[in-house]
Amino acid sequence: MTFTAKNSRSRTRHTGVAALALAAAAALLAGCSSDSDDTSDNPLAGDKAEAGTVVVGSNNFAESTLLADIYGEALKAKGLKVTYQHNIGSRETTYGLLKNGSVTVLPEYNGSLLAYLDPKAEQKSVEEVNEAAKAKLDKKLTLLESSPAENKDSVSVNAETAKKYRLTAESTLADLKDVAPDLVIGGPPEFQTRQHGLKGLESLYGLKFKSFKALDAGGPLTQSALTKNDVQAANIFTTDPTIIKEKFVVLKDPDTFFGHANVTPLVAKDGLNKEGVAALNALSAKLDTETLLDLDAQVQLDKKDPLDVAKAWLESAGLL
Amino acid sequence: MNVLHFVNAFFSDSAHWHGYDGIPARLLEHVQYTLLALGLAAAVGLPAGLLTGHTGRGGNAVAFVATAARALPSFGLLVLIAVAVGIGLLPVMIPLVVLAVPPILVTTYEAVRSVDPSPVDAARGLGMHERGILFRVELPVALPLILSGLRSAAIQVVSTATIAAYVSLGGLGRYIIDGLYQRDFEKVVGGATLVALMALVTLAVFWAAGRLAVSPGVRRR
Amino acid sequence: MNGFFDIPSDLDNTYFGLIGLHLREALLPVLAGLLAALPLAQLCVRFRWLYPPVLGVTTVFYAIPSLAVFVVLIDYTGQTELTVMIPLAVYSLVVLVPAIVDGVRSVPEETLAASTAMGFGPVRRYLQVQLPIAVPAILAGLRVAVSASISLVSVGALIGNQGALGNLLADAQKYGRPELAVNSVLTTAVLAILCDALLVLLRNLLTPWMPRGRRQRPKEAAARPEPEEVAAR
Repeated sequence: MTFTAKNSRSRTRHTGVAALALAAAAALLAGCSSDSDDTSDNPLAGDKAEAGTVVVGSNNFAESTLLADIYGEALKAKGLKVTYQHNIGSRETTYGLLKNGSVTVLPEYNGSLLAYLDPKAEQKSVEEVNEAAKAKLDKKLTLLESSPAENKDSVSVNAETAKKYRLTAESTLADLKDVAPDLVIGGPPEFQTRQHGLKGLESLYGLKFKSFKALDAGGPLTQSALTKNDVQAANIFTTDPTIIKEKFVVLKDPDTFFGHANVTPLVAKDGLNKEGVAALNALSAKLDTETLLDLDAQVQLDKKDPLDVAKAWLESAGLL
Repeated sequence: MNVLHFVNAFFSDSAHWHGYDGIPARLLEHVQYTLLALGLAAAVGLPAGLLTGHTGRGGNAVAFVATAARALPSFGLLVLIAVAVGIGLLPVMIPLVVLAVPPILVTTYEAVRSVDPSPVDAARGLGMHERGILFRVELPVALPLILSGLRSAAIQVVSTATIAAYVSLGGLGRYIIDGLYQRDFEKVVGGATLVALMALVTLAVFWAAGRLAVSPGVRRR
Repeated sequence: MNGFFDIPSDLDNTYFGLIGLHLREALLPVLAGLLAALPLAQLCVRFRWLYPPVLGVTTVFYAIPSLAVFVVLIDYTGQTELTVMIPLAVYSLVVLVPAIVDGVRSVPEETLAASTAMGFGPVRRYLQVQLPIAVPAILAGLRVAVSASISLVSVGALIGNQGALGNLLADAQKYGRPELAVNSVLTTAVLAILCDALLVLLRNLLTPWMPRGRRQRPKEAAARPEPEEVAAR
């Protein structure tokens, strides 16, 4: 008798645990599939920055890391509390993180950012680009002053392709029209859908490439694919040190299709105090394309650590 | 976020159905990577497993190889080989084969080891050659378990072959990686759905293979 | 600054810090998976009809690539370790449930009858008889889950430095430093082998009645047999 009673009681307990587990699982599943229409306003919830701390973010390529280190160290020198969030991904992701406040400062390129915010925007002067971009930015965000340093996107072809189709340093993007159907073009995955990418190249110049090969953001995959002729053309940065080394031909961009690409801090307005803003503006004034090329080469060719390169430059520029 | 909405949007977009980035092309690439990797892994794992299982020697070696292969991170191997030799099929095939060998090897070994010794002894008593014992007695009995090892390897390869896209190859992973960088959930969810469907088809194929290949006497029903 | 152990500054961590992070990101999910798998497996043992559908659903989960789950989860859990750990916990669960079910079911009827005769209630019988006898099978499952988890953490590098040692892979590409990728792969492999060895040691400690050297047939936990085969076993 006692035995049966005991047995049935613990069975109930078992069922209780089971029901609990099932309920928990159901709640989890429901949470995953529930419609929440506010995702567009809040694409990346979860890790808000701690108040008073400046979170400096960077995209997934070496120059972005270097620039973020320069920004961060300059802010630290002014006594601000800085943490880094490196290698986040593409602009498509980082922009969301700035909007929701998990990142405070990000090195951006003014024209590329504008093309992301407004694909149809015309890009004449740096000032116009910055004003247009500021107008389109989320209300919580703003651009600080642009530096003269420019690192543009480009379509470049390898030496073999240039020879075969008689493309020279004087050739322009428009000259690719008849050649494009024979060429495989490479670039980061996001290049496929960007206005400053396949979309715009097709609609503005009628360039229809044979196919698109997704590589990385001007990194080693792109460099080696172009060198080994896996792709004949690729989206690489004009500050890329391999252009000279591998005799890539950068196609001219007379209509500024790729727009301006001045290094410009994108910041969350209430995340950075006046001192911080002043520090970044002072820094931008001293950063020109030549300097950027030199710093990039130190990181990518001499394999120095970006943080050391950043500190050394800030010191030599009298910003520390 | 409604996942079903994204699935629907992905599959109803006609642009996703043709061209080099269309679903048929990406699916075909994925099947090719999977079959190639599985074929290579089976070519290594099956003979080794059958031989060690039959002779009963080398069990420790099998366990060691399996442990070591499982310890190697697929994604790490992929990037390492891609950085070392550049992009191509090699950086993808090596991690996939390393991934698929342990389940095939271990299950085959265990399957042959666990065959009831009495029919094996009977066959030996009847004067059957060792080769005959392995292929006509042990293999048919061990087949269901061997197939389950192959199936487990196949499912893992189907799922993991998506990393090929990270080093610029195709396959269904293309949609997932591109979706990550383009912040296009439609692609991510659509790609993941296709991978899951392919896993289900793989299960069905192995179920059918088991039905066809496993002797009714072994199936015990 | 480009030696084997020179960790790039953007990872904001030391070599040993990365190891600790990697272990945490890999092992916490396995623990969570184990805690969830124990009751779920017990349910499957008790209600036999539940097992085939549970196996089916979990197999489909298992086939969904981790990266896809990361990308979708970012919306809910942000670019954090949690985003990496949730899918890993699910994968562990998927590997562990069949391992535990097979293990518990492998306890002979006579043994169960004997414990009942000794006056053991179901709870005590589960904790003191079924679970210990199932230990070798459960640990075989844990070995597969731990290896897979340690390997998969690296993929977190793709969602913004959330892959612990895997972040070295992204940096190896970004800075063209192959030695960082070698470091990542070797360190991850060594971690996996050490954890595996610890689990073997744990199994030997937990099953002192097993003869040394001749282990129980280790089940390939990842090789989930078809439900029919399991039922036939």
